[in-house]
Amino acid sequence: MKKNFIWRLSLIVAATLLAVIFYLPSTHLKASLPEWLQKYGMVLGLDLQGGVHLVYEVDGDKAVDITIERIASSITNTFNDKKIEARAEKKGPDIIVSPDSDIVKKTISEQFPNLTLDSKSEGRIVYKLDGNEIKRIKDSSIDQALETIRNRVDAFGVAEPTIHTQSGNEIVIQLPGIKDTKRAIDLVGKTAILEFKLLDDESPVAAQLPGSILPSEEAKVREQFAGQIPEGDEILFGRDLNKETGVETLTVYLMKKQSLLTGEFLTEARVNIDQRYNEPYVSITFDATGANLFEQLTANNVKKRLAIILDSNVYSAPVIQEKIAGGNAQISGSFGMQEAKDLAIVLRSGSLPAPLTMLQNVTVGPSLGRDSINAGVKAGLVAAVIVILFMLVYYKISGLIADCAMVLNILYLVGVLSAFGATLTLPGIAGIILAIGMAVDSNVLMFERMREELRLGKTPRAAIDSGYDKAFWTIFDSHVTTLIVAIVLFQFGTGPIKGFAVTLGVGVFINLFTALIGTKTIFDIISSRTEMKKLSI
Amino acid sequence: MMEILKNTKIDFMGKMYYALAITAILSAIGLLTVVQISRGAANLGIDFAGGTAVQIKFNERVPLHDVRRALMDGGITDFELQDLPGQSKVLINAKKGEAHVGDLSKKIISALSQKYSESSMVVDSSTEIGPKVGKKLRTDALWAIIAAIIGILIYITFRFQFRFGIGATVATFHDVLAVLAVFFILGKEINLIIVSALLMIAGYSLTDTVVVFDRIRENLKTRLKKSTVEVINESINEVLSRTLITSLTTFFSAAALFVFGGEVIHDFAFAIMMGIIVGTYSSIFVASPVVLLLGKDKVIGKK
Repeated sequence: MKKNFIWRLSLIVAATLLAVIFYLPSTHLKASLPEWLQKYGMVLGLDLQGGVHLVYEVDGDKAVDITIERIASSITNTFNDKKIEARAEKKGPDIIVSPDSDIVKKTISEQFPNLTLDSKSEGRIVYKLDGNEIKRIKDSSIDQALETIRNRVDAFGVAEPTIHTQSGNEIVIQLPGIKDTKRAIDLVGKTAILEFKLLDDESPVAAQLPGSILPSEEAKVREQFAGQIPEGDEILFGRDLNKETGVETLTVYLMKKQSLLTGEFLTEARVNIDQRYNEPYVSITFDATGANLFEQLTANNVKKRLAIILDSNVYSAPVIQEKIAGGNAQISGSFGMQEAKDLAIVLRSGSLPAPLTMLQNVTVGPSLGRDSINAGVKAGLVAAVIVILFMLVYYKISGLIADCAMVLNILYLVGVLSAFGATLTLPGIAGIILAIGMAVDSNVLMFERMREELRLGKTPRAAIDSGYDKAFWTIFDSHVTTLIVAIVLFQFGTGPIKGFAVTLGVGVFINLFTALIGTKTIFDIISSRTEMKKLSI
Repeated sequence: MMEILKNTKIDFMGKMYYALAITAILSAIGLLTVVQISRGAANLGIDFAGGTAVQIKFNERVPLHDVRRALMDGGITDFELQDLPGQSKVLINAKKGEAHVGDLSKKIISALSQKYSESSMVVDSSTEIGPKVGKKLRTDALWAIIAAIIGILIYITFRFQFRFGIGATVATFHDVLAVLAVFFILGKEINLIIVSALLMIAGYSLTDTVVVFDRIRENLKTRLKKSTVEVINESINEVLSRTLITSLTTFFSAAALFVFGGEVIHDFAFAIMMGIIVGTYSSIFVASPVVLLLGKDKVIGKK
């Protein structure tokens, strides 16, 4: 026994030093530490430092829908280019092409190999998208959404954001320390599908539409005109905010469903200031293909109105005065500088492949986190004082030894959490505080055993040794069961609860170390130095 | 030597049937709570039920009815208000989960900022959870508890005997159910943090049970002349003071957390406190009787 306590003592000293060193980066001393050490340290969870935790679901079916819509309009464009008298239209999951002719079929099989011919009737051909292709679109829609959101968050400038997928089609976004949460949510969640469509001013229905309405009347107008909208047309709304009165109104537009140009050809979007009105607008630049399409589209539709639509919301609908070459366009609307900047960000980072559905939005203000930390520290100190005093009074010197072990225990715990760069959450703090009470449990088990041995008339040294030996398996079993719980919590828990599980699990190992090696060594040292007559327990 | 208990000779197993009655009542209420939870009728937190919760910190105390009026003026109808004792904080709960997450918290905050200036209130937190997430979290939580208990059953069976495994499992189940029952009776909210407290309780009550079981096993091997009832009674008496002291130190920590730990962790600490009490009780009055009842007819420990 005696011979090996030197190395046990060095082990304890080394562990203590390491714990202190690794704990330092978690304190306010972080900035003055050497660089290699600065990368360690606990990270505060969202619940403690404030921020947003968002969970979105990517609607894969909608992404497929959007792709089919785009293919249909691309087929029609191809027909126009080749001067073929035919058109394609999306209907549910199908693309309906008419009329049925050899040149039509040949063009489609050459240019759109992903489509399979499904059926023919009354001069119309029904095409469907390949099953494999549908699966590919769904899978890639999640990757695309993830990538797009990353770009947007990067552009927004958040320190240490976490963005990842979970259970297949969900995207988790954590933005710690963020202040303007509303803006962040708008930026991340915007689908940002930019489309250019022609207004159908020639239709008699267009003349019957009310010019501008209140937002509350939107559903009513939709219902009123539901039956009368010409085939291939749709009603969309534009939002206007009167800056002086703060009243929001909607302008009603009737337009062709087919989008003539989309944001996918966009290469640049930046904010400019309109000199006349001193209002910001977003200027966009298309790549060569987009510029070409834009030139054709403006050339063919002079004097018609072209709507610029973002996520089904009409921003403006200017009259095309002449053919526009060069691939530049402007998006103006009644927006402020911030809004214009964010619009440029979302346009640059590309559209999301499908709209996102928000499943969860947890926002924590910075003051709550601060309150929680302060309360946690206070509770921890109170718990420590009570436990230390209790042990001291009840077990005397032995109690003091257990108290030292408990303090080391907590120090090791925060040291390990710090070294792993673990995220400290509120339940995690609770776990540390409960650990204060649980840390002395193993010692209590041993001390009670020792007392039993003493009552049987054993010498203090013999009582210490057999007390440890006999209590060992009890302590071991109780720690393993706690470990099982920690593992389950980690496996099933989310966010803050995972943090709690980590604290609990790490605590098990540390507790075994301090109880079985730590206090035992101190007892051994005491009993070897002096011939113990009495054990203070 | 300071001792709270000296040489106790309490006939624990003789009181077994009274204890079993209490256990049965607590478990029955606990089971009822589980049924209510699965029906969605219990007081579930929005993380399980879906919905919106907004916590506002005001500069000074505001009357709840003023807040209620401000919200109703803002067109918000279905909500509950709760003020946090001793603080100028108000919690707004709108549990009727809408299919779409997004706007309700914004509406609540803007309704309040119509009445209270920006400088007089701070949004502490806002949480919106869709019904789909709530359902998933609920099943996850249920599986977590079941997985933990199965893991424990396997380990105890491996280390002791099957009847001990059953005893520990029944006791653990009882503890979880009893704490749920307390929450149900007091109308306290059951949320994700409470579930992690329940799991923590499952683990903790087990350490108590292991201490008792360990001694029973040891004594069954050495005191061969005595009956199982005697051995179990003696064992519990022998370890009684350590069972109480280990529970007490952890109870101190939980109590400190309960009093000083802040509102977010308040109910968590309360659950742990209840769990420690129930867990200590169950290791004596639930786990051991089960071992006794399952082993009565066998001649283990009796020759």
